[in-house]
Parts: sequence; structure tokens; C-alpha cells
Amino acid sequence: MVHVIAPSDCHQFTGGLTEFDVEADTVRRLISELEARFPGLGDYVDRRMAIAIDGEIHQDAWFSPIRANSEIYLIPKIGGG
Amino acid sequence: MSDVLDGPGVQPDLKVVGTRPIRPDGADKVTGRAAFGADFNMPGQLVGKILRSPHAHAKIVSIDTRKARALPGVKAVVTGADFPNLASEMHEGGEAASNLRDLAMNVIARDKALYDGHAVAAVAATSSAIADEALRLITVTYEVLPHVIDVEAAMSPDAPVLHAHLFTEGLEVRPTSASNVARRNQITRGDLAEGFAAADVIVEGRYTTQAVHQGYIEPHACVAAWVEDGQCDVWSSSQGQFMVRTYCAKILGLEISDIRVTPAEIGGGFGGKTTVYLEPLALALSRQSGHPVKMVMTREEVFRATGPTSGAVILVKLGAKVDGTMTAAEVELKYQAGAFPGSPVGAGSMTALACYDIPNFLITGWDVVTNSPKVAAYRAPGAPIAAFGVESAVDDLARKLGMDPLALRERNGVRNGVKAAYGPTFQNIGYLETLAAIKDCPQYSLPLGPNQGRGVAAGFWFNVGGESTAAVHVNEDGSVVVVTGNPDIGGSRAAMAMMAAETLGVPMQRVRPRIADTASIGFSMLTGGSRTTFATGMAVVQAAEKVVADLKRRAALLWEVPADKVEWRNGAAVCLDPAKADPKPMTLEILAGQSARTGGPISAQVSLNAQGAGPGFGVHVCDVEIDPETGHVTVLRYTAAQDVGKAIHPSYVEGQVQGGVAQGVGWALNEEYIFDSDGRMENAGFLDYRVPVASDLPMIDTILVEVANPRHPFGAKGVGEVPIVPPLAAVANAIRSAIGVRMADLPLSPPKIRAVMDARAS
Amino acid sequence: MSKPHISAIVNGDPVEFLADPGMTLLDALRDELSLTGSKEGCGSGDCGACSVIVDGRLVCSCLMLAAEAEGRRVDTIEGLAQGGRLHPLQQKFLEHAALQCGFCTPGLLMAAKALLDANPDPTETEARYWLAGNLCRCTGYDKVIRAVMDAAAELRQVKV
Repeated sequence: MVHVIAPSDCHQFTGGLTEFDVEADTVRRLISELEARFPGLGDYVDRRMAIAIDGEIHQDAWFSPIRANSEIYLIPKIGGG
Repeated sequence: MSDVLDGPGVQPDLKVVGTRPIRPDGADKVTGRAAFGADFNMPGQLVGKILRSPHAHAKIVSIDTRKARALPGVKAVVTGADFPNLASEMHEGGEAASNLRDLAMNVIARDKALYDGHAVAAVAATSSAIADEALRLITVTYEVLPHVIDVEAAMSPDAPVLHAHLFTEGLEVRPTSASNVARRNQITRGDLAEGFAAADVIVEGRYTTQAVHQGYIEPHACVAAWVEDGQCDVWSSSQGQFMVRTYCAKILGLEISDIRVTPAEIGGGFGGKTTVYLEPLALALSRQSGHPVKMVMTREEVFRATGPTSGAVILVKLGAKVDGTMTAAEVELKYQAGAFPGSPVGAGSMTALACYDIPNFLITGWDVVTNSPKVAAYRAPGAPIAAFGVESAVDDLARKLGMDPLALRERNGVRNGVKAAYGPTFQNIGYLETLAAIKDCPQYSLPLGPNQGRGVAAGFWFNVGGESTAAVHVNEDGSVVVVTGNPDIGGSRAAMAMMAAETLGVPMQRVRPRIADTASIGFSMLTGGSRTTFATGMAVVQAAEKVVADLKRRAALLWEVPADKVEWRNGAAVCLDPAKADPKPMTLEILAGQSARTGGPISAQVSLNAQGAGPGFGVHVCDVEIDPETGHVTVLRYTAAQDVGKAIHPSYVEGQVQGGVAQGVGWALNEEYIFDSDGRMENAGFLDYRVPVASDLPMIDTILVEVANPRHPFGAKGVGEVPIVPPLAAVANAIRSAIGVRMADLPLSPPKIRAVMDARAS
Repeated sequence: MSKPHISAIVNGDPVEFLADPGMTLLDALRDELSLTGSKEGCGSGDCGACSVIVDGRLVCSCLMLAAEAEGRRVDTIEGLAQGGRLHPLQQKFLEHAALQCGFCTPGLLMAAKALLDANPDPTETEARYWLAGNLCRCTGYDKVIRAVMDAAAELRQVKV
């Protein structure tokens, strides 16, 4: 299981739930698990969010591996000037 | 003074990386040969010009272009009606997300003009004078609407509403009526009430900033040529040729492969050239006229219709124990987005407390549309504004606690293993080292004279990676060409050549970096987010490594040994097989000269999506002197320390830091958009919008702290954005120290300071 | 309306062109003579990107009419390097990394040239005030000033 922490952007999908566990070994699996559990969230995360896996930020990276017991933080995608 | 402090993880024995060679495009740029946006011309080109709204908010009732079209020499006239209506669609380039419908409507207005300067029509004519006359002959009937520019006024329920379809996102309950508040975002941890209850000392502040422009010296410029078969060419100055291609295709409904964009040299961007303004109009005019069309903005157009970044209101409340341990923080950020949603308040929220390890906090951000130009990215978008509020409040907290401001920051500073306020756990960061560097720098302990003050402030930026392509070609004489798809704004060509040279083991002068058009190299995201040296650099190194592997393979074939018996050292293949009696190393030149007979050209291309960009921290100290007669602030001394991972070319890293400081000082002291009561910008020129000049600034000392990023081959972190984050508060804190009064409304221009000093005197 | 015929010396060579009465010297250099090294950053004399030297005097070429160049000597960035060798100012700009985007660089170099012609041994403050008419948004001026001071020192050595 990996532990997911979702910020306020995601609460419209999670019904306000901020932390939960899902089964996933890649970002893509994570997104599909999120979509299955909270319809709309997986798609939203895929389009609008970056995924911090144990502190390292991954953007648009479906096949980044996720280790068991990882901490996943969903954060808005980051741009810059 | 400039220091480089090697920290953990930095590779020893680098021969090229970390040195200061002359940049490969240098001679072009000191001789006037480098071709920027406006320096390109095509045979038979027309002059394109734009008619802009004189109203801050107006319904466009009708546009009559007949007289303009009838003028001899006028070859095309376009209005919003000539462009497809796009559906609302977020485009995530990995940079600040853009809604394509908004982007298209910002390029040219449809039913409403949303700010003074909004493009309403465009013409192409055989001369500049005829184009000007054609603009005068276009009759636009407006129904002027009430406008709103101030961010808090725009949030009020009785404000004029810019977009009838805009309903605030991010609230618990979707609102029933449209407003100017596009979005609310919140980041929270712990229990705020408990945190403040546990505090011995509480400080609060309300801070404001005004819209400021990126202020690149080169106005936007492009030439577009539409060919009758639907293929087109664009030559333009931007932060990303692929960005220009994508946006033009979307806005005009074209196939991407029908557009080729060639990047001109770019005369500064700072985030402001991460979007399109002219290119789609030039293409539409070229399509209609059958001629190439050149468009160049005036400085007034640059101010009125491009950039800027948000003006904002920042509310900060901090609580701490007497020993300085911070227990709670509450931050509220209200940012102008300009005419369409998308202020950088999200990044402002995420960076606001990124330097601090605080158990209880709530950060709330508001993205608010206003009748001013749509904001564009500006160097660490959103972060300087938030840091201005938070770092001012931290300064007040230190004063109230009787603590040294660096010691307070150190006590609460983030370190490896700490969960950042925006979520992830920090690794390989160098914030404490950066604080220590300022504590130890000579400036921090110099005595101050009368009317002088000293301020410190910290800042943070994420830095990003993203999609990049690089190709490395070995020529038949052993010289090397490196090709990337990222415009070079501040010396990145040098960094690319140096990283390739280091990997190949050859002198940097044997490696020539080129920046290719969109048809000549694979996709690359634009130059922004401090990503180029990190992400594109990673692609360059990987491509060079592939070349090295190929060279070793060919040497093994020639020596008739297994590939693992060949090593690459100092630009040559070395045979490790003891059975071969001392074969001479095979240099790159030798192997290149035989390439036809060993398998063909030696070349590799790598496309990747770089992850693992390392976040950056900066700590600045600023000394000022106030003229009590005039309220004028002189910046006496300035030192900026920053964790840069590994400086590939230290001079250009220092340059990034110094440039960011200068922009931040301008933001703090002088720069602001001034609007009249009709919402028209009053200071749309460099005389009245005052950016720092050489006599406004001292030397800017830099300390490059190197805490390597293990995800980059040489440890590099992004460096371009962090340095604009601390200066606003560093300057304000220095002024606080000099005059004993907290100034919270930027810019801290002489009249404001004099008023405070006069009040204090009487 | 006929265009006046203008004769001038640009970078040591005689040139001739036709100038609309309202044409600026900058437009004449860029559009008539294809000398695009001088840049337009503002068109109002505020940024200095178009700096050239006319009869020994530093001017913003966007503020001077092309017709006023009649019979005068105009020096632009294209004439600063001589005989395939960079001018010491150009060389020092490269060595000190005194440019980032490079857009303001031609104007800064011409302004610095005019400074050193008038004052071979400027103080840092004098250099900063002389160059205050040339905006640079990239560098914070630190390395620019260092390059100018270093070039001044080298040029003084050459003269001795």
C-alpha cells in the first residue's frame, strides 16, 4: 500500500478526505486507482497535479515507479518563468 | 566579491564544468551580429500593426474595417471574427497552465475588450505609415462598461463582473453567481487555533504589491509567412519555439507539422515570453494577404498588453515561543490575474512558507480577474509577492523576540527530511548552508552609519524538469555539434557545450552548441522554470554518453577486443586488454576520421522527461541608506547566497543571481503599473516605469553554495528564479531597520518614505 | 513627396540613402543600411539600446532624424571591432560574462566606448552614472561595470 495525501484542490472528489491508502506500483496505476476510488480524481490528478513520491516531484510521468509504503503527495503542477 | 562554496555531493576532478570559458555565442553578441526578433526580414514582407482598445472594459458593439481595407497599400485586416472560437481547454505544457480559449481571446478580443491595450483588430500594409493610417480608419463602436483593477475591489460582490461564465472553483459549495474570483486554494496542516494559543509572541501584517513588468529590453517581434499550400514559417523571439508552434496551431486550427518556428535570439524574457501575442495575428494577416508579415511591438504596447505579474494583497500572522520556535502561521494571498484566470497565486501559496518548518498553518490563495493585462509568468511566478509578506513578518517577529533574524530563520529552517509546507519531504537541500553563508559574509558584520539599515530575507523556488531533446553529432574532424531546442536567454549555450565537453573529455571549444528550429530537433518544453541547464543539460549529457558508448564499441572493434576492455578517458579510447601490447589510445579525432568505415556517422539524440529537479533556496542581505530630505533609498551593499547544486559556468550563475536581485530591488523601490481613473495605464514607458539603472545599484556580491542534486549528472539545480524571491523583503527590512517604521506597501518610493519620516519627525 | 538624399560616413565608409523626413537615424541604420546591431528597445531615448556615436558624441539614434546625419560621421557597434580583432571593451565583456541575453550589449558597448574616449580613467561611480542611460534587465550591471573598468585599465596600458 502507498499512503496518499491530497490537498484542498482534490477534496471536491474525495468528499473532504485528505489522507488514504491505495495499492499502486507506478504513477499510472496510482492514477487509475484514484479514478476508481474517487471518480474524477484520477483524471484531475493526471491533468492538473504533480506527484511527489517520497519527496521527489514527478510531472507527467506515468511510469515512474512507486515503492511499497511510499508517501505520495499530490501537489499542483509547477511551472515557472 | 564572489565565492563558490563546494558542499556535499559535488564531484571532484571536473575539468570543464565549474570553469569560466567565454560563451560560444559571445562574439556574435558583442559585435551586433546576433539576430534578435526584429532583425529578421523576408522579401516582400508587409508591416503588421494592431488596433488596441482604449477602454479598460467595454463591449465591442461593431467593428467597421471597410475604409481601412479600401486604403491603397493595405493588404489584410483581421478581427476576432477571423479566428475560430475555441472551447475551454486547459493546456498543460508543464509550465503555468493556460486555457486555450482565454489565450486566443487575449491575442485578439471577441465580444468584449477586457483591458486598456487589448488587441481588437490588426492590419498588414506595405509601409508602416500606411498601416498606421489603416488603424485610424477602423471604426470600433464600444459600449464602455464599469471596470475594476484593484484586487480587493474586484473580489467584492458588487464589482463589475468580467466573465459571466466564471464561478469560483475550490470552495466547499459551488457559488450560484458569477464573480471575478476564479479560484480559491488552501494548504493547511495541524491546528491553527492550537498553534496560536501555544505562541508567546504574535505578529501580524497586511502588505501590498503593485503589478510590475518583466521589463525585457527587446519588445516582442516576429515574421510569419503563410504559403499557399497551408504550410507556414514563423521566425520569432520567444522562450520556446515549440510553445509558439503549439499555440499557433491551436489558435488558428492548424496541423502542427504545417508550422515551422525558428527561434530568434531572445532579448530577455524572465517568463514574459512564455506565451504568444503577435504570432497568431501575423499568421492570419499573412494568410489573408499572401505576403510575409512582420510585427514588432512598441514599448508602450509591451507595457499595455503583455506581462506583467500580479499586484497583490498579502495578509500574514505568525506565532512563536519566546525561544523563537514558530508555532503557527496564517497567510492569505489575493493576486490579480489580469483579464483571464491564472494568476501565480498557487505557486505563491506553495512557496509562502517553504523555508519554514511550522507545525500549524493555513495558507489561502485567491485568483482574481481584473481589467488589466493578463498576467504572464515572471521569474519564480508568485513567490516574490508571498515572500515579501512572510519575510517582512518574520523580520518583525525577530525584532519582537529580540533575536537575530538569521538565527530565527535557522531555528525554524527546513532541512533534509522535513516535510515542506507544500507537501513533499525535502532531500538534498542547502537552506541551512545558505543561511550560514550569509551569517559568515563580511557584509553582515559591517557597522552601519546614521540613516542606514540592514535587512535579510530568504526565498525558495521549486525548479522544474520536463521534456527536452538534445542531439550530439561528432564531425569527421572530431569536433562536435550539440543541438537543443531551448532558446538561450542567459548563457545556456555555454552550459550545454561545457556539459557535453566534460562527458566527452574534450575541450569546450571543440563543442559548438546550436539551437534548432522546430523541424530540426525533437520537442522541448520552453526555457523557463529554471529547467534548461537541469533538464536539457541531462539530455545533452545522456546523448554524449551514448556517443561515448558508440566510440568505445568502435574502438573495441578496431582493437579486436571485447567492448568491456575499452575505457573512455580524457577524450580517447583506452585499451584495457593486457594481451594487446600497449596500444596507443584512440582519440576522438582518430575515431571520427574512420567513422565511415566503422559504421557510419557518430551521432546520438536523446529525448527525455526529466524528473527530480532540486529545489533552490536563497538568502540575501541588503544595506540601505535613506536620504531624510528626499526619502530616496540608496542600496549601499548587497550580498546574495544561493544553493545552486553545482554551478556549471559560475559566471553565468552569478549573473542570474545578480540580475534577479536587480529586478527585485526595482520591484521593491520603484516599479509599478499606475492606472488612471478610467483604467488606462499612465506610465507605459521606461521614463515613467522606472527599472533600475547602473547608478541605482552597488556591486552585487554572490555566494554560490553547492549542495549537489544527485539526479543531475553534475549536481545542478535550477538557479534563475530563486534570486528574485528575497529582495523585496530584504530591501523593506533594511528600510525598517533604517527608519524604525514598517513599510508594507510597494513600491517604497521616495514620496512614501518621506511621508513616513515627516510624520515621525512631527 | 520626394525623400531627401543623405550622405554620411558610417563606420569609416561613405554611405548614401534616401530618408523619409520622419525617419530616425536608427531606422536608417537598420532598414536602409542593414546595420541591425543597434536595437530599438523603447523608441523614446530611455533605454539606450540604440546608442551610436555621431561626430564623437554619444546619441540615442532613435531620437535623431536620419536627415540630420548628412555629412556626419556615425560609429555603430558594427565598426567597433577592427581588422578581425575585437575591441578591448568587447573582449572584456566576454571575459567578465557582462552579457546575458545580449540585446542591450551593442548600446552598452557604444556608450562605454564614448565614456572611455572622454574619460580614460573613470571611477566606478562615474562609469555607473555615464551608463545610467543604458538599461540592462539581465545582469544587475555588476559584471558590466567590472568589464568597463577592466577595459579602461587595459586601454590605459596600451597607451602608455
